[in-house]
Amino acid sequence: MTTADDTSSELTLVVNGTAHRLRLDHRTTLLDALREHLGLTGTKKGCDHGQCGACTVLVGGLVGGRRVNSCLLLAVMAQGAEITTIEGLAAADGELHPLQAAFVERDALQCGYCTPGQICSAAAMLGEAAAGWPSAASASLTSPVVLDAAEIRERMSGNLCRCGAYVNILAAITDVARAAP
Amino acid sequence: MRPFGYLTPPDLAGAIAAVTRRPGATFLAGGTNLIDLMKLGVAAPDLLVDVTGLLPDRIEPTAAGGLRIGAGVRNSDLAADPRVRAGFPVLARAVLTGASGQLRNMATVGGNLLQRTRCLYFQDVTKPCNKRVPGSGCPARAGDHRNLAILGGSPHCVATHPSDMAVALAALDAVVHIEGPAGPRAVPIAGPFGGLYRLPGDRPDRETTLERGDLITAVEIPPLAYAGNSAYRKVRDRTSYAFAVVSVAAATDVAGGVVRDARLAIGAVAPVPWRARAAERVLAGRPATSEWFGRAADAELAMASPLPDNAFKLTLVRNVVVRMLGELAGAGS
Repeated sequence: MTTADDTSSELTLVVNGTAHRLRLDHRTTLLDALREHLGLTGTKKGCDHGQCGACTVLVGGLVGGRRVNSCLLLAVMAQGAEITTIEGLAAADGELHPLQAAFVERDALQCGYCTPGQICSAAAMLGEAAAGWPSAASASLTSPVVLDAAEIRERMSGNLCRCGAYVNILAAITDVARAAP
Repeated sequence: MRPFGYLTPPDLAGAIAAVTRRPGATFLAGGTNLIDLMKLGVAAPDLLVDVTGLLPDRIEPTAAGGLRIGAGVRNSDLAADPRVRAGFPVLARAVLTGASGQLRNMATVGGNLLQRTRCLYFQDVTKPCNKRVPGSGCPARAGDHRNLAILGGSPHCVATHPSDMAVALAALDAVVHIEGPAGPRAVPIAGPFGGLYRLPGDRPDRETTLERGDLITAVEIPPLAYAGNSAYRKVRDRTSYAFAVVSVAAATDVAGGVVRDARLAIGAVAPVPWRARAAERVLAGRPATSEWFGRAADAELAMASPLPDNAFKLTLVRNVVVRMLGELAGAGS
């Protein structure tokens, strides 16, 4: 039983389908838990203040999961939730997720530091659009979503790319959006 | 960051008791602002009481014809709700212009209302700030104040409230439901005689009328017949994912070329979401023309006391108000 004076907790993080039992200082963000305690360094620390999106992971599963900034989520808040990181996107046989393949095909990166966050963010973003969520770029709040360039740019604005690879990031995501059923 | 305890009480009463009895305790919801402020050293609670599993997280119609939004509703769910999109577009638009897709998935309605100013001096613990350390001074008036208040500020503080959602809720006459150690109560978000927020005066550290242990549990939007003819316009330094330089929430009821009634609130110009009642009084019953829209804006801005580097907001607010009211008049008549 945790009391108000305990500054750490024993908790379970379920990451990419595997449960991990950890004792973590409450100050540990999900990002630091992934990178420093579980060795999952695919998720990147950019700004550590929720401004760059490099740390984006999915909470609630690869399908239907929600994209969040893991730098602003305490690990203790994520206990029990199904967390998906970039390491969990490819199929078990190694076949790349369509977004991963599209980023390779379109050369949608330069240094690559923002790429895991871009791809995790895009994976959830496509689900949001499929669910009919409007964006600030939508002319109508009630019409079906058409993922044109303006929509994708707006919906991906939480992921910065300091190399400026946006043109090809947009192309890669557009490819996958068009191929979606 | 200071070490802290973390509790998930079984119910709201337990959460309120836990925060009430411990001066260093604070509620934790989405955490998008609080965790950031803890990293910056601006906030240093010794106990976080997580209420994400306890707060109401549904949006329900009220008997009167409005909506009651649980304080635990995530921003993304609020903006995606079909009743909000169709019935209160100003609110959906305001939420969609705020933050990023990731942050909207985390942030809650209650937390959004209680987020802290992004004034640079408030967020920098190496600088004086009357809001963060009462009595330490305010470097903003002589320093970087381009994005700070032109309305409602004081010699002690000219910080702006950063929420977009709150601006729309102010225009919609929203009521904030609170549970606390003294029981439940409700206050307007921006009533004619006050509400949730306080103007800074000589105590900019006291931002709201909430007392220790008080927890926002829901926000209620009363029915408004013409809320469907509403809009939110946000002007910022980049197209997306930035705080407002100026924003305007507006709803109008126009018939036969005359404004029968109007709601107007302005964001990023004051320490609170600024309900523009002086402008509304000018608009009521007047011709729906650019001239009168401009006069309405001027009536509100007559109260402004801008600083050298943010006087441009006077022109910006006026232009945005005139443009938006013109668009709404065209759409609604």
